[in-house]
Amino acid sequence: MTSTLEPSSGGAPRPPLVELRDIRVAFGGVHAVDGVTVDLYPGEVVALVGGNGAGKTTLIKTLSGAHTADSGQIFIDGSLADISTPRDARAYGVETIYQTLALAENIDAPGNMFLGRELTSRWKTLDDTAMEDATRKVMGRLNPRFENFKVPVSSLSGGQRQSVAIAKAVHFNARILIMDEPTAALGPAETAQVGELIRQLKSEGIGIFLISHDIHDVFDLADRISVMLQGKLVGTVKKDDVTMDDVLGMIIIGKLPGEVSQSELDDLRG
Amino acid sequence: MSDTPVGETTAPEPLTDQPAGGAVRRLVQSGVRLFRVTEVDPRLLGMLAALVVIWLLFNVLSGGTFLTPRNLWNLSVQTAVVAIMATGMVLVIVTRNIDLSVGSMLGMIGMAIAILQNEILPRWLGFDHWVIWIIAVVAALLIGAVVGAFQGAIVAYVGVPSFIVTLGGLLVWGGARWALSSGRTIAPMDATFQLFGGGARGSLGAELSWVIGVLGCVGVVAMLWNGRRQRRRFQFPLRPMWAEIFLGIVACAAIIGSITMLNRYFKPPTLAEGATDVAFGLAYPVLITLAVALAVTFVANRTRFGRYVYAIGGNPEAAELGGINTRWMIVRTFMLMGILVAIAAIVQVARLNAATSGLGTLAELYVIAAAVIGGTSFSGGIGTIPGAVLGALVMQSLQSGMVLMGVDAPIQDIVVGIVLVVAVAIDTAYRRRVAR
Repeated sequence: MTSTLEPSSGGAPRPPLVELRDIRVAFGGVHAVDGVTVDLYPGEVVALVGGNGAGKTTLIKTLSGAHTADSGQIFIDGSLADISTPRDARAYGVETIYQTLALAENIDAPGNMFLGRELTSRWKTLDDTAMEDATRKVMGRLNPRFENFKVPVSSLSGGQRQSVAIAKAVHFNARILIMDEPTAALGPAETAQVGELIRQLKSEGIGIFLISHDIHDVFDLADRISVMLQGKLVGTVKKDDVTMDDVLGMIIIGKLPGEVSQSELDDLRG
Repeated sequence: MSDTPVGETTAPEPLTDQPAGGAVRRLVQSGVRLFRVTEVDPRLLGMLAALVVIWLLFNVLSGGTFLTPRNLWNLSVQTAVVAIMATGMVLVIVTRNIDLSVGSMLGMIGMAIAILQNEILPRWLGFDHWVIWIIAVVAALLIGAVVGAFQGAIVAYVGVPSFIVTLGGLLVWGGARWALSSGRTIAPMDATFQLFGGGARGSLGAELSWVIGVLGCVGVVAMLWNGRRQRRRFQFPLRPMWAEIFLGIVACAAIIGSITMLNRYFKPPTLAEGATDVAFGLAYPVLITLAVALAVTFVANRTRFGRYVYAIGGNPEAAELGGINTRWMIVRTFMLMGILVAIAAIVQVARLNAATSGLGTLAELYVIAAAVIGGTSFSGGIGTIPGAVLGALVMQSLQSGMVLMGVDAPIQDIVVGIVLVVAVAIDTAYRRRVAR
């Protein structure tokens, strides 16, 4: 049913950075994620695609600690990982940029960047100046024009808010980065900027799970593409082996490129 | 300043640069500039302005009796109970919850410690034993913490909305107060315990009040200096020096002015061995209020707990995803509220020197009103402790001003009710404009 292709390197078998094995999550009687297995290697971008309600976000939340799976295992660096809270996930170097950005609107950028991991002084009080300093340093790399360090993030633009969320992942040296629709709320220039950032992080050896609706973004950035439909994995393909039509076929019909009949293809093309 | 880092503007831009537009416009422009440069919250300043207007108005209407040391001293003492609880209510409301039980809780705790020191303990220790007030205070704080944490746990772990939990609490603790008292009035309190309520003996006197005033000024200067030092350490843009000095002078002037005023209210000769120049100074309840306000402000702004309280209010999901134990934070918030209710109960019972079966009735409404007038938003995430204390002062000023003018009680309620709604309407409109 599922077919996982080997990653590009053909040498000695090395363990993937992350492997989600046979993950199942059910809400009531609905199988949101039904026996899905995906993996991710260092310096690789794996795109998770599929229609609304395909289970992408739910699957990925088991890795970020926001949901626990009903069954299945998570392996990190080849050994079994125990992730049941966001804190656990961070301890494994997993950082998540949520579609909603998960920012506290009433708190400023440094406060959001360090939310749950505040820097404190000797007296256990918040060291706001040190946090602002760290934020300024990261922002200097990501978005040099960012100046609003003291205002609530509710008064920032979409792109600025996005960079706050990304800055969090960068500052805490993520090894595994999950990006859920990172460009959905952005204009073209900002989208290009995020794409540039993904390439940069990738070159630093970070593994990235990218959830996206935008098939062009996916082909632009991903190395492999895992397609989900109704909670199940349709398959994982290497980007270079497939066309956009192939992937669209997987998303809509739920069949791998070779399995799609001519009439189905014609239907697809309308 | 020789070590001026990059980014500092050393002097205000000369106003003469601007096109001639009349003195008024220049005044407004420099006012706007003052806000921006000093980073003072305009809403807090607006409230202060409202307070000044109310005071001046009542002073004129009452023929000059409002702005007298005697009335202002009384005002400071009367504000204490509501202000103490309002500091905690801010945090509760910031987390998108509410506590309707604080009035009943105050009554129950007050009644319990009144019976403790008036009936139970004297049986073993005799009246006015030195340890009685300590036992009473510890008992009050314990009951407050346990009751608050209990309500908070039901909200956080059982998932019953706080409105319902504390509405139940209003009835339960109110009933407990009634059951404890069986309709009696318990009086008097332990002689030392009474000091918490202020009065002739329960205030600092002139010299110690000055000490507190000077300490306050030193604290303000130290805070400004430390903030500047911190920002210089990381080479951040600094406020211009003149703005720092301006802020320091305004704050110190306010402190010294208040102390001067309180020190000009003299004890009647019968209480001061015939002398006519013995000042009351800062009353203990006011001192307690200041200490509570400072402590809760510190908790809100400088601790992780405080940061999490605001984060939960701003976006509960983000707080959860940030790895914050949001449920435990809610329990702690309600527990803090309970402890503050206990402190308020101590002050109230000591001030009345009695506990009646109606103790604390309707206090929850005044506390919530003070927090809300002080800029706390019911949608969560927004509210300041100094704002709530000012809110309590505004409400108390209205009430005692109207009492001074002989306004009937029903009219007083009508006015306070209208002011509450108007104040929140203005605040909402302001916030919408700022948010655009």
